[in-house]
Amino acid sequence: MSSTLAVHGHGAEHHDHGHEHHHHDTFITKYVFSQDHKMIAKQFLITGITMAVIAMILSLLFRIQLAYPDKSFPLLETLLGRFAPGGRLDPEFYLSLVTIHGTIMVFFVLTAGLSGTFSNLLIPLQCGSRDMASPFVNMLSYWFFLTASVIMLASFFVQKGPAGAGWTIYPPLSALPKAMKGSDLGMTLWLISMVCFIGSSLMGGINYVSTVLNMRTKGMDLWKMPLTVWAFFLTAILGILSFPVLVAGVVLLIFDRSFGTSFYLSDIVLAGKVMPFSGGSPILFQHLFWFLGHPEVYIVIMPAMGIASEVIAVNSRKPIFGYHAMVYSLIGITTLSFIVWGHHMFVTGMNPFLGGVFMITTLIIAVPSAVKTFNWLATIWRGNIRFTPAMLFAIGMVSFFISGGVTGIWLGNSALDINLHDTYFVVAHFHLVMGSAAIFGMLAGVYHWYPKLFAGRLMDEKLGYLHFWITFICAYLVFFPMHFMGLDGVPRRYYEMTAFPSFNKWMSVNILITWSAITAGLAQVAFLYNFFSSIWFGKRATQNPWNANTLEWTAPIEHMHGNWPGEIPTVYRWPYDYSKPGHDADFIPQTVPLSETMSSNLPHDFEDNPAGLEQYNAWVKAHKANEAVK
Amino acid sequence: MMAQQVHQEKDRLDLAPKKFVMWLFVFASFMIFAALTSGFIVYAGGHGHALNLRLPDIFIYSTSVIVLSSLTMFMASRSAKRLEFDRQRLFLWLTVALGILFFVLQVYGWYILTYKMGIYFVNPNASQSFIYVFTGVHLLHIVAGIMVLLSALYISYRNRPQAINLYRMEIASIFWHFLDIMWIYLYVFLLLNQN
Ligand code: HEM
Ligand SMILES: [Cu+2]
Repeated sequence: MSSTLAVHGHGAEHHDHGHEHHHHDTFITKYVFSQDHKMIAKQFLITGITMAVIAMILSLLFRIQLAYPDKSFPLLETLLGRFAPGGRLDPEFYLSLVTIHGTIMVFFVLTAGLSGTFSNLLIPLQCGSRDMASPFVNMLSYWFFLTASVIMLASFFVQKGPAGAGWTIYPPLSALPKAMKGSDLGMTLWLISMVCFIGSSLMGGINYVSTVLNMRTKGMDLWKMPLTVWAFFLTAILGILSFPVLVAGVVLLIFDRSFGTSFYLSDIVLAGKVMPFSGGSPILFQHLFWFLGHPEVYIVIMPAMGIASEVIAVNSRKPIFGYHAMVYSLIGITTLSFIVWGHHMFVTGMNPFLGGVFMITTLIIAVPSAVKTFNWLATIWRGNIRFTPAMLFAIGMVSFFISGGVTGIWLGNSALDINLHDTYFVVAHFHLVMGSAAIFGMLAGVYHWYPKLFAGRLMDEKLGYLHFWITFICAYLVFFPMHFMGLDGVPRRYYEMTAFPSFNKWMSVNILITWSAITAGLAQVAFLYNFFSSIWFGKRATQNPWNANTLEWTAPIEHMHGNWPGEIPTVYRWPYDYSKPGHDADFIPQTVPLSETMSSNLPHDFEDNPAGLEQYNAWVKAHKANEAVK
Repeated sequence: MMAQQVHQEKDRLDLAPKKFVMWLFVFASFMIFAALTSGFIVYAGGHGHALNLRLPDIFIYSTSVIVLSSLTMFMASRSAKRLEFDRQRLFLWLTVALGILFFVLQVYGWYILTYKMGIYFVNPNASQSFIYVFTGVHLLHIVAGIMVLLSALYISYRNRPQAINLYRMEIASIFWHFLDIMWIYLYVFLLLNQN
């Protein structure tokens, strides 16, 4: 195994060719229909980044509307045509913008872009397997995702524009094609796109779970896995359990829309005409949606949590604080997230007793979340911190998670939520705790694992710092004031507030928010430039640029099928042996056996290994004797 | 070098993770049915709309057919393990045939529901629409199941290594038995909610 540590580029590649010669890659099989998990990770990342940029531009468009409701911008008409007649956004198009922004960010960027990239890249590399359980299904997963993305964007090119019922597509608005522009063909495309998306997510998730459970290398028992892998694994389980429920909800919605059934519809009068629907229940949709929807928000944040844990431990040069507690709180969050969905429905006329039950479960989920937060802080505490861009973004993730999580506890109280529901307070809550925190986790991952994604290149640090500070400050400037607007009752998803004189006082705040958002958007240009130019011109990194312990840094810099030439390295220890007292270096990779690190071993390293313990005790004795002689 | 090659080949032939993929897939499908039946409970509970009908007897026949097909599937697997490939193919073909028969019977059930009983899919009492959704989503799975059976058959005619043959058989059995159990679950669920 020490030979695997020493393996570098060339000799290794030679070996590789030896057995790969029957398997020639063409451009198509290498870059397009690739079944290699590392290439698929890159495909997910680049598609995800593209979707993120698009969704960000959409948000800037509607922010401009919110800041300047009375101004007309001729440029908008040039760009958007019939969607912005006279240079002002069409009110129904505003709703479409909000809907597609939310859908793309939640599902396409923070679910597929995040899990798709990092689960694909890191699960095989950190568990020590050659590829996914089923590389073919993995490839399909990406192509379903791309198809879903294309269909979702295509809805901008239909006559009436994209879906407009919000990312939660509540019926009846979403079920009646004639209800408004955004309920027509755009909504149909939304549904088709999401069906593809769910297919993609399930195929990905099933692969991740099977790989983690079946394909770990020798010595890698579950309790030696890095927290990243734990997080991706539990995220995938959440997805497998919850996305099918959305399928059920969407299937019924499609029947209501296109076949005339009444699952969700009742007593509808549309444009003065009484519709034949009767007996349906729109609340049923909310149950089905939020049974997915709440786990979904954890599907978004848990990979970011895993990435932050790893990046923070590596860059604090300290073992992660409370490794077991971290895993158990992830498991706790996974379990609890299935019994809290009702907190999105407190004002649906829910029985107050049931509301109380959901309130209690909701507040309990704050406990594992807090455990994780304190553990991150304790890991950083008195660490030997290296402020790499990745580390800054990971710290930013923790910061946003705290400030957004605190307001979750407000919202979780059913009595408070009556006031706060559907106001900007909710918008502030989830943009901090989910939006910003998860994006920062994702960016931390990109900066940290860039050398693994793009064959040993590094991103530019200076640009990274610039990117971090502008984004961090602007994100707070954008979302923090929204709390106060929400407390004052300003409703979300409104095209303009000009009809309510009491909200006039928020005009200046809205302008501040919009300009902060534009500034944050400009900062992303620095990131995009940095990301794409570094692929070709980035500084070359060494094989293990961050002196990290995990397995992926023992794989050769140049990508190859099967990840490691020769045998896959064996694992002997957990991944967080940083700054272990008694060892000369401040890190001990997982592949170094305890027998090579006698001076730093501790009795509890031999918990289920009595023979090892005996050897260790003998060594300690001998060593003591030696010392005495000296 | 030789050893390495062998080692990697072994990696590639490790079929356990792929089998596990099938289990997870089954689990995900199960969640769809669980969600649909929970939807039914929420709907029927909240509105006092029960099914209010007696399910047509045809479903008893289709149920026996799919149970029988599980049996033939089991026989096919057993024959495959005992290297009796002709019997394996015979039983697989039987399973496929029973699967198709099940499909036909279910569709005939729809015919009876609509034309004989006047219970339509588009219905102000959505509890009754749910019957069509349950059976329809299940039939979609049956179509997929028949394809999996056919692919196992294909492999067995191609004289692939026995390990591959057994693997495909196992994939097919997991899925087919799941479809059988799923239908029994749905049928019992509907029976219990008849009125
Ligand atoms: C401390 C734990 C948390 C609690 C107690 C909590 C509570 C709540 C409550 C009660 C609501 C409903 C507000 C309303 O619509 O009136 C809500 C909305 C939301 N939460 Fe949380 N939350 C927590 C953490 C999170 C996390 C970690 C995420 C995501 C990563 C998240 C994402 C969201 C989203 C996206 C919404 C809004 C959905 C929508 O209506 O569009 N929350 N939260
Ligand atoms: Cu929630």
